[in-house]
Amino acid sequence: MNFIQPIRSILLKDLLLEWRNKDILVSMLVFSLTVVVIFNFVFEPGSAEMQATVPGILWVVFIFASQLGLSRSYAREQENGLMHGLLLCPVDRSLIFTAKALGNLLFILLVEVVTLPVMTVLFDLQFHHQWPRLLLVLGLGAWGFATVGTLFSAIAANTRSREVMLPILLFPVSVPIILASIKSTSYLLSGRNVQDIDPWVRLLIAFDVIYFVVCYLLYEYVVEE
Amino acid sequence: MNRYRYHLLVALCFLLLETALYLVFMYAPTESTMGQVQRIFYFHVASAWISFLAFFVVCAAGIVFLKTGSSEWDRLAACSAELGVLFISMVLLTGPLWAKPVWNTWWSWDARLTTSLVLWLIYVAYLMVRRYSVDPERGARFAAVFGIIGFLDVPIVYLSIRWWRTLHPSAVIAGGEGSGLAPAMWTTLMAALLAFTMLYITLLVLNYRIISLADRAQSAKQASLRRPLA
Repeated sequence: MNFIQPIRSILLKDLLLEWRNKDILVSMLVFSLTVVVIFNFVFEPGSAEMQATVPGILWVVFIFASQLGLSRSYAREQENGLMHGLLLCPVDRSLIFTAKALGNLLFILLVEVVTLPVMTVLFDLQFHHQWPRLLLVLGLGAWGFATVGTLFSAIAANTRSREVMLPILLFPVSVPIILASIKSTSYLLSGRNVQDIDPWVRLLIAFDVIYFVVCYLLYEYVVEE
Repeated sequence: MNRYRYHLLVALCFLLLETALYLVFMYAPTESTMGQVQRIFYFHVASAWISFLAFFVVCAAGIVFLKTGSSEWDRLAACSAELGVLFISMVLLTGPLWAKPVWNTWWSWDARLTTSLVLWLIYVAYLMVRRYSVDPERGARFAAVFGIIGFLDVPIVYLSIRWWRTLHPSAVIAGGEGSGLAPAMWTTLMAALLAFTMLYITLLVLNYRIISLADRAQSAKQASLRRPLA
C-alpha cells in the first residue's frame, strides 16, 4: 500500500530520533510528576474533595505535558531545516500530518501509561473493573490532542511568541475533549454505570473524527511556504 | 466606492441605531418581573447574533481565501474577526450587567456563558496568530486555518458544555414551550437586530477601506525605497 509506507517511515524516523536522545519523553514525564506533586498541596490528602477532583488533576497533568511535548516535537523538526527536507519528500502533505500526529499520540500515550499508575498509588484511585473503557478514554483524549496539537504546533512555531502561542490556540479549541475526557474519567473512577459514561465517550469519538478530517485537510496550507 | 457613498452608509446606520434606541427605551413595554433592566436584552441578543454572523464570515472568507489565494478575502476575514471580537466583548459585558440584578450573580459557568467566553478566547487567539506571525503571508494562511477550525468548534463546545450543566434561559425565540416574546418586544428586537447588522456592515466596509489604504501606503513606501535616488 503506498500510503502506509511513507507514514511508517516518518513515524519510525520520529521514534528513532526520540530513542536516541529521549529529551521529549523525559521532560514530559518529569514535568507530569512535578505537577502531580504540586497538586498534592492543593487539597487535604485523603479528603472527599480530593477524590472528586482527581480526574480533573489527571487530565490537567496530561494536557500540560502533551502541550509541552507537542511544541518540542515541532521545534525539533525546525532545527537544521528538517522540515524543509520532509516537505521536499515526494509524499502527500496529509500523510506527513498523519505520521506526525501518530508520533505525538505515542508520546502522549506513553506519558499517560506511566503517570496513571503513579497517580493510582499516590491518590488511591479505584477503577471498578472498568479498565477497557478507561484505556479507551485515555486513548481517545490523547488522539484528540495529538491531531489538533500537531496542526497548531506547526502554526505556533512560526509565530514570534512560539511556546506561549501553542496553549493559547490549543486550549480553547480543545474544550470539548477536555470536558468529555474529565467527565468520563470521573464517572469511571466513581463507579457510575455505563449509560452515564457512554454519551461522553461518543462525544470524544465524534470530536476525534471531525478534527482528524479537518486537520488532515488543512495541514498542507499550514506547512506550505 | 466614492466618499459620498460612505457618508450615506454611515448616515443610514445612524438613523437605524437611533430608531432602535427609541424603540428600546420608549416603545417596548417594561418586562413584568425583571423591570427596566430587561431592556439590555435587545443589545445583548443583537450583539450575540452579530458576533456569530461575523465569525461565520471569518470562516467562509477563510475557506475562499485558502482556495483562491486572493488577499481581498483575507482582508475581509481579518476585518470581520476584529468586529466579531468587538461584538462578543459587548455580549460578555452586557451579560453580567443584566445577570447581577436578575440572577443575583455576575457570572455563572453555564453553557452559553462559557461558550461565549471560549469563543472570545478563540477569536482573540485568531487575531494574535495574524499579528504575531513571522511571515505575514503565512500568517494570513494560519489565520484562515484557525478561523475555520474555530468556527467548526463552536457547536461542539456548546453541546459539550450544555451536557455539562446549564442555567441560561432556553432560547426565547423558537425555544419550545413557555418561550415567546410580546409582539412589541419582538418588533423592538428585530429593529435592534437590523440596526446592529447595519452597524456591522458599516464598520466592516470602513475597516476594510482602512486596511486596504494601509496596504497601499505600505507597498508605495516599499516601491519608493526600491527606486534609485535621482
